[in-house]
Amino acid sequence: MTTEAYIYDAIRTPRGKGKQGGGLYEVKPVDLVVNLLDAMKARHDLDTSKVEDMLLATGEPINEQGMDIAKVALVYADWSDATTGAQLHRYCAGALDAVNLAAAKVKAGFEDLVLAGGVESMSRLGIGASGSASGDPWVAFHSYSISQGIGADLLASLDGVTREDVDRYAAQSQARAASARDNGHFKSIVPVKDMNGVTVLGHDELIRETSMEALAKLNPSFKMFGDFGHVDLAKFKYPQVENIDYIHTPGNSSGIVDGASLVLVGSEQAGKEQDLTPRARVVSVALVGTEPTIMLTGPVPAAEKALKKAGLTMDDIDLFELNEAFASVVLRFQRELNVPDEKLNVNGGAIAMGHPIGATGGMILGTLLDELERRNLKRGMACMCAGGGIGIATIIERV
Amino acid sequence: MGYIRLEKDADGIVELIFDQEGEKVNKMGDEYIEAMTKAVDEIEAMKDDIKGVYIRSGKSTFFGGGDLNKLLEIPTDMSEEEKTNMYNGILNAKAPLRKLETMGLPVAVGINGAALGGGYEIALACHYRVAIDRSDVKIGLPEAQLGLMPGAGGVVRMVRIHGLTEALTYISQGKQLSGQRALDKKFVDELASDEADLHAKAKAWILANPEAKQPWDQEGFKIPGGSPNDKDMDQALMGLLYFGPVNVMVQSNGVFPAPKAIFACISDVARVDFDTAEKIESRYFLSLLLSQVAKNMISTFFFQLNALENGASRPSGIEKTDCKKLGILGAGQMGAGIAYAAAKVGIEVVLKDISQENADKGKAYCQGVCEKLQGRGRMTDEVAATLLGLIKPSADAADLAGCDIIVEAVFEDRKIKAIVCKETEAVTDASSVFASNTSSLPITELAEASVRQENFIGMHFFSPAEKMPLVEIICGKNTSDETLAKAFDLSIKLGKKPIVVNDKRGFFTTRTIGTTINEGAEMLLEGINPVLIDSAAKFNGSPVGPLNALDEISLATAYKNGKQEKADVEATGGTWEVKAAGILLDRMVEDFDRKGKIYGAGYYEYPEDGKKYMWPGLKEHFAPNGYKEIPFEDIQDRLTFCQSLETVRAMEEGVITSVGDANIGSIMGIGFPAQTGGVIQFINAYGVKEFTERAKYLAEQYGPQFEPPQLLLDKAEKGETFQ
Repeated sequence: MTTEAYIYDAIRTPRGKGKQGGGLYEVKPVDLVVNLLDAMKARHDLDTSKVEDMLLATGEPINEQGMDIAKVALVYADWSDATTGAQLHRYCAGALDAVNLAAAKVKAGFEDLVLAGGVESMSRLGIGASGSASGDPWVAFHSYSISQGIGADLLASLDGVTREDVDRYAAQSQARAASARDNGHFKSIVPVKDMNGVTVLGHDELIRETSMEALAKLNPSFKMFGDFGHVDLAKFKYPQVENIDYIHTPGNSSGIVDGASLVLVGSEQAGKEQDLTPRARVVSVALVGTEPTIMLTGPVPAAEKALKKAGLTMDDIDLFELNEAFASVVLRFQRELNVPDEKLNVNGGAIAMGHPIGATGGMILGTLLDELERRNLKRGMACMCAGGGIGIATIIERV
Repeated sequence: MGYIRLEKDADGIVELIFDQEGEKVNKMGDEYIEAMTKAVDEIEAMKDDIKGVYIRSGKSTFFGGGDLNKLLEIPTDMSEEEKTNMYNGILNAKAPLRKLETMGLPVAVGINGAALGGGYEIALACHYRVAIDRSDVKIGLPEAQLGLMPGAGGVVRMVRIHGLTEALTYISQGKQLSGQRALDKKFVDELASDEADLHAKAKAWILANPEAKQPWDQEGFKIPGGSPNDKDMDQALMGLLYFGPVNVMVQSNGVFPAPKAIFACISDVARVDFDTAEKIESRYFLSLLLSQVAKNMISTFFFQLNALENGASRPSGIEKTDCKKLGILGAGQMGAGIAYAAAKVGIEVVLKDISQENADKGKAYCQGVCEKLQGRGRMTDEVAATLLGLIKPSADAADLAGCDIIVEAVFEDRKIKAIVCKETEAVTDASSVFASNTSSLPITELAEASVRQENFIGMHFFSPAEKMPLVEIICGKNTSDETLAKAFDLSIKLGKKPIVVNDKRGFFTTRTIGTTINEGAEMLLEGINPVLIDSAAKFNGSPVGPLNALDEISLATAYKNGKQEKADVEATGGTWEVKAAGILLDRMVEDFDRKGKIYGAGYYEYPEDGKKYMWPGLKEHFAPNGYKEIPFEDIQDRLTFCQSLETVRAMEEGVITSVGDANIGSIMGIGFPAQTGGVIQFINAYGVKEFTERAKYLAEQYGPQFEPPQLLLDKAEKGETFQ
């Protein structure tokens, strides 16, 4: 029998608005990580020499988030020399992929205690700072890449989803997130503190009061890309499409924020040695590749693949956390898999709280675990879409 | 084998003179590479004893491009070794130019005629470029127009001279400049009045600039407008590199390889040093040499078009004729467009209609065309006045006296056509030609109204006639060679491309485009998603889809023409064949009152405040239980194969005999995808045998309209292409 991979903890920073003036703008990305490393060590009185590796995702591995920010953070945080680190990129799915890879290493028996997570300071690095191989013209001629937002609008057009549908979903996300915050459901949040121990930011900053009327007034975010040909380019893959409606706005797309996440994964034996209590086990994980131009259709097949690997059905899953990259992504997931409202993103998601690209996967996994515990439920699934048509899913089960 | 002469003058300047033996124009090929390599080596050996190098031509023109005949012979499926040899050959063509520009001697070039393609690439490698200020001294890199790109350092140097944005414009549009424009746009550094002045200016510069170096070989050189490598990249450049490829794809439907290679190459060569850049350029260039599209385009737009313009389809032995006065019957949009085209080239025009008012409307149309150009600064008031002054609107047939040629552009009704023919012939000379601008009525039958049937011919212009380049000339049974020659010469004078076909209802272009319009209707009636039908045409590389095309022409017009044709066929004892296009038109016009774009409702809906979209009623009426799914590739092929197959049938029937005329006519007249090289080249490039097999498959799946005709079967059997 293979070793089980247990989740011993999943923590995250609060999410600060990803712009100048945002609550975490003054904080360097490496300090976001170090806050979590300090907390992880303190919460469990960890012998850091027993943590073998840290896989840390980021969407912009450049400048102050550049090269191997994981190892830099470990050295800087005075963890054991024995702990190694690696930077990882899987577009928006990085942190969840880090968790899955950590679990895989543990299950394989190659390593026993591994950290996984991600970090993103969008206020300091922005989007696109690290460049992209896809930005090359010759590559572009062969890839049919479009703005993700146009992908979301296209997805909505294909599904017959309207502006009202996506705004309604967005309003629900805000309401659920506000309620969860007010009732203290986000137990995985670790406040970000400065070098003196003074709290810089202790809560998610982006959640805002809204209404259908207010949402309806927002201008579409991605029309410019359509005007510059992205819709026409998408027709190479979707010749049945004539025109699309630009329905995604800042109100019903994921927000731009800063933050970091960290998950401690290990074997039963390693946990015992450190006196750790397992909170859940990783049941199965899945990665899928789907049509890359629209790029947002990975979640459904990823979920199906993870279920199949685990021998489970949709009914066996008590709660779902699907990253709210764009409202249309969630609506497709919900419709195609017939997910009841009360099981899906019950505490809101990235539309309300933001999507710190590389870090989000660890965050939604932590939110999922907190909520399973709070409701005393058994199984949950975290799922995401990512660039290039990648879909990712992780099924966990409380122990 | 003589190609290059080296002559040292009294000032110690070596003249490198291109004068390829046995050729009218210097060409870039193996002989050039060998001669140039040797010449540059010789110059290097004497470099300490000379002041500089002056490159010029020993012919009346400067230098042409590559040898296109050789390019056509390059197979598309070479071994790696063969391709490596070709790649090395490309590098070898560049090597002497690079050596010369870095030798430490000032190098100037004197451009005394066309310097296009390879010729201008040689000039670009010189430190100083002087050209004679004369309209025939055309300078530029037109390779893109034949599906190619510069491959002898042209891209590398243009990027470094002009920056990425401008280099992209010049190379992808194949701009040719002369005189002041060439100077203003930095294509040349100085203008000269004549040959003597040319040599003097170039040599004076050499003597004054002993330390000359290319900008890109100087310390601290930066590409104008920035490079993609810049840490803080110029915003405009960033926008170009991000949205530019999208634009190329959307504008060309992705079917042309050259614009893609040029764009990518321009970006790539800006990222690396000069010598690496030359390698990269060679790789992109080779990719185009190996592409089928470049072969299609060279074959059709160079060889076949040249042959057409040189009169391959014009009867030989008849002296060139010159139409000085043209009569046009019918001052509608077609007649007026022809009048404009004729007046533009200085032909006196009588534009006749049944009333002065109608005739005046025709002239007003011409005025409108002028005003549009004047508004954009593309026509002077003087030119417009002269042009309009040549057009005499009239309601009096007597004004037609003295016309060399009459073009009849009245309604497609035999009776009306017969009346105007008789009326005209009563006043015109016995030598004057009567040309009917019918799009489908048999010329031989129309000629029955004429007392001079040998002077009667068809000249089918395309709308808008002031713009569309094609004229389909139709010979009736009794049309004389002299008449054909006159119609042909007039077309050339109008700046049009005349193709010559024989007489049968629908001729070549109308019957051919009819098949794709009909296939679109066929698919719609089968319950295929109409959006996919027009998308398929678009991704084939057609300017518009069949449904869109009919909306533009207007369904009402097509409906009326169809009824007219049916009446005409039946009246002349024929049997009218009911086709999908007719059935669909009947339903659209009679049942749904959807008459086309100008009526605000056709296959598409035309909302006032938004983009047009397919009328949902099409689904409701033709696919009530959901669309029929067939492979998208099949939809695409149905729209092209029907046209190629119809062309082969027209060939079997002797309607069209020239492969070149068929190719050019299909692209310039009826929007067959240009990258294919035309309806027949499409078959050749597909592989005659493979095309035949595919046609058989389509016939099995979708109907007998795809059954390969005997001529095609025979060609496939014998393994022949259409030549």
